[in-house]
Amino acid sequence: MQNRNQTKSLGLASALLGGGLVLAGLLITAPGAPTKAAMPPADSLQITGAGATFPYPMYSKWFNEYQKLHPNIEINYQSIGSGGGIKQVTEGTVDFGASDGPMTDDQLNAFQAKHGAPVLHFPTVLGADVPTYNIPGVKAELKFTPEALAGIFLGKITKWNDPAITGQNSGVELPGADIVVVHRSDGSGTTYIWTDYLSKVSEEWKNKVGKGTSVNWPVGLGGKGNEGVSGQVQQTANSIGYVELIYAIQNHMSYGMVKNAAGNFVKADLASVTEAASGASRDMPDDFRVSITNAQGKNAYPVSSFTWLQAITDFLHWMMTDGQNMTEALAYARLPRPVQQKELKSISKVQ
Amino acid sequence: MKSFVFRKKAMNILMIGLTGLCTLMTGAILFFFLGYLVSRGASSLNWAFFTKLPAPVGEIGGGMANAIVGSGKVLLLATLIGVPIGFLGGVYLNEYAGATMAFVIRYATDLLNGVPSIVIGIVVYALVVHPMGHFSTFAGGVALGIMMIPISVRSTEEFLHAVPMSLREAAIALGASKWKAIVTVIIPAAIRGIVTGTMLDFARVAGETAPLLFTALGNQFWSPGWNHETATLPFVVYTYALSAYQDWHRQAWAAGFVLLMLVLGINVTARLILSRGSYRPSGGA
Amino acid sequence: MATTPTLDRHTLPSGGRVRSFIKRLRAGEEAAYLLTLAAAATILLITSLIFYELYVQSALSRHKFGFHFLFTQTWNPVTGDFGALPYVYGTVVTSVLALIIAIPQGLGSAIFLAELAPPKISDALAFLIELLAAVPSVIFGLLGMYVLVPILQSSVVPALRTVFGFLPVFQGAFYGVSYFAAGVVLSIMIVPFIVSISREVLLAVPQEQREASLAVGANRWQTTWHVVVPYALKGIMGSIFLALARALGETMAVTMVIGNVPQIKASLLAPGYSIAAVIANEFTEAVGDLYTSALIELGLVLFLVTFVINGLARLMIMTTTRQGAHS
Repeated sequence: MQNRNQTKSLGLASALLGGGLVLAGLLITAPGAPTKAAMPPADSLQITGAGATFPYPMYSKWFNEYQKLHPNIEINYQSIGSGGGIKQVTEGTVDFGASDGPMTDDQLNAFQAKHGAPVLHFPTVLGADVPTYNIPGVKAELKFTPEALAGIFLGKITKWNDPAITGQNSGVELPGADIVVVHRSDGSGTTYIWTDYLSKVSEEWKNKVGKGTSVNWPVGLGGKGNEGVSGQVQQTANSIGYVELIYAIQNHMSYGMVKNAAGNFVKADLASVTEAASGASRDMPDDFRVSITNAQGKNAYPVSSFTWLQAITDFLHWMMTDGQNMTEALAYARLPRPVQQKELKSISKVQ
Repeated sequence: MKSFVFRKKAMNILMIGLTGLCTLMTGAILFFFLGYLVSRGASSLNWAFFTKLPAPVGEIGGGMANAIVGSGKVLLLATLIGVPIGFLGGVYLNEYAGATMAFVIRYATDLLNGVPSIVIGIVVYALVVHPMGHFSTFAGGVALGIMMIPISVRSTEEFLHAVPMSLREAAIALGASKWKAIVTVIIPAAIRGIVTGTMLDFARVAGETAPLLFTALGNQFWSPGWNHETATLPFVVYTYALSAYQDWHRQAWAAGFVLLMLVLGINVTARLILSRGSYRPSGGA
Repeated sequence: MATTPTLDRHTLPSGGRVRSFIKRLRAGEEAAYLLTLAAAATILLITSLIFYELYVQSALSRHKFGFHFLFTQTWNPVTGDFGALPYVYGTVVTSVLALIIAIPQGLGSAIFLAELAPPKISDALAFLIELLAAVPSVIFGLLGMYVLVPILQSSVVPALRTVFGFLPVFQGAFYGVSYFAAGVVLSIMIVPFIVSISREVLLAVPQEQREASLAVGANRWQTTWHVVVPYALKGIMGSIFLALARALGETMAVTMVIGNVPQIKASLLAPGYSIAAVIANEFTEAVGDLYTSALIELGLVLFLVTFVINGLARLMIMTTTRQGAHS
């Protein structure tokens, strides 16, 4: 049925596009034989979700694999930002939302008031925000103290050769160039994690800016999505931004180590992110809303976070079990076992 | 006296030269950019682009088959919504409206034409997406359909207006009623112009991105039916261009190229049809 | 050229069938009239509905901030404090910059094409330039990001700085994305509008005007500048206003090159934001009613501004082309 619909509308569309047009031919032939297989069967179900860009590479992979296993279920995920995920799931225009910042109590109440039922948070994977930079001539892995990061993003440290940065990076030739800060222009869970972290380590940040999916930035350029920030950092010399780890890895961007609560400089990787979550996995609250930035632990990476789905589908179950086996290929840390068990219990309760 | 004449002459040559230079610059800048797009886009095209669905983020390969079909569906719907309203409205303006009504409708049409496309996106989100609880092909079609109305009205009106009075008089003299005269004589006489006007209108909205952000959203799969989110070409150009992946940039250039060829192709075809005849309104379309 | 349809088949039925035929026709007459009227009314309805929706949905923000909305600088979703000034500023600065570049260039081209170039070349070039007016804005955004910004960074801005570096508008750091980049992209987008409409207005100036001037000994340029251009001035102004309206409402191309930072800086090289860009970036994700309402109020502002400017433009073009047609 749907096949026919599509072909029909295509025929009409190309007829409209009209004579003498090179493209008309291409449009008609495009959905021919080679793509029929890719089209879903007639009784297919399409579920739409929207939200965080932080886990987008992971979700995109999961939803793709899941569709291969269950050809009649397609999960369309649009990475419009965590703020967008929260807003659209509250408005009921998407089937599930995704965010890296847990919804606030106000937001939960708004949802409850509108839909008469609570929204549930399910942690799916763990990820990390990393400070990524583009300084011509500098290939070294820079070390950042919390003070240095807060200073840079507050606009108080403006040069790369500021003592607050060079002090920890002896042996690296840092230029006297102006630091270009790049942050998110959209409502973002990546921003939530970053500002949540800065609020914990800097009193001034907490009072002046605070935490949120979008905040009033003291300095910097705005990029849309993790993709946008990565792109902007790559295009701009002497810039620094914060992105989810996978974006830095996939784009071969330099990213630095951050000093954690125990005083060690730690690079974001599977082990250090998992360690950051270990505390939270022991006493995870029932609604799964928990912040693990600046976590205790000798080698815990301090800017780590769970990322959540606000949804109820069979897919969640699959994601908690088989899906977890795919995480490490994309540099996300799998959920700690106790969290996974607790979630599966919670999912079965809902169903 | 002599130097004065000389200065006048020099001024003449200088200014003519300068305006020529302006023209040259306008042409050069535009063709440099579009030439770049064509060379970059054409070399980025491949068969997968037209036949495959998008690959998962960060993986190389995949295509935009769903976005091409999605754009086709949204535009089809937009045409079905925008053109009938615009056409009939244009007929009303030229054939029936009294002076006051004509002024009011024309004013509303001009106003609608000037509404920034992003604003139409907001309104359609509030009026269609929110109540229906879904981003959809339908909502995208409504947004673009609204954008098609004003040009359709004005081109219908202009081309009808250009039909010579003598034809109308002849029809009425033969005993045709007003409606009959409009349907059998006046509209057929203007049809070529009206059709080309519609094609240009179609080309204009084909590249619109802003109103689709809040209405059609996007989709990495085929969009079933009319009531689901859909990918569209301009939207994919935007999101892929902003991404950090080389392969997505490549595909953004390819999609931009396809979009450009589509829009320019329709424009050229429409203008060729128009130049073959029909009554043309004075001052061009 | 168009075919004259044959009427006799339909209009000359005979005998008793005539009366019923006329009756049916009359019924059709009414129906046709009502159908077209309904379509026209729909247009009116849609236009009013757009305004109504923007007005009603922005109520929260309008009541909370009043006119201060337009004159305050903070845009802080955390504390729920919203002011539109940085966006209004960015929109105005980029559009004005675009006009400063596009007016001389567009007008020069229009004059050349209408008055000085041989008609064949003029028609061909005008045709091509008009085609370019149809290029979708997202394509200009793509080119702006990946072609124009690097060129500005590597050569244009350094060159400008060596000449005009003492001016505050060319000081400060330049990251590529900026008011300047947005203004230049916009200027490239609106030049075709100015050229094609101005050329038409110039061509509508009656030939006698030129002949009279040439007869008293004025040369080509003097005739053009002192007689033809003043005659067509209103229409040319109209084309500029239309271009301005387009620049103010332009979304995609600007979003991609302006830098998306809500700040007000004297330097054109600094990144900024525009009304349309902030709506595009934040509308689907504005959490909370006040935030959404503030964004919709921005839409209302944009609507009202383009409304006024479009009105002025139409008025001016209408008066000149009428003048031209009647004299």
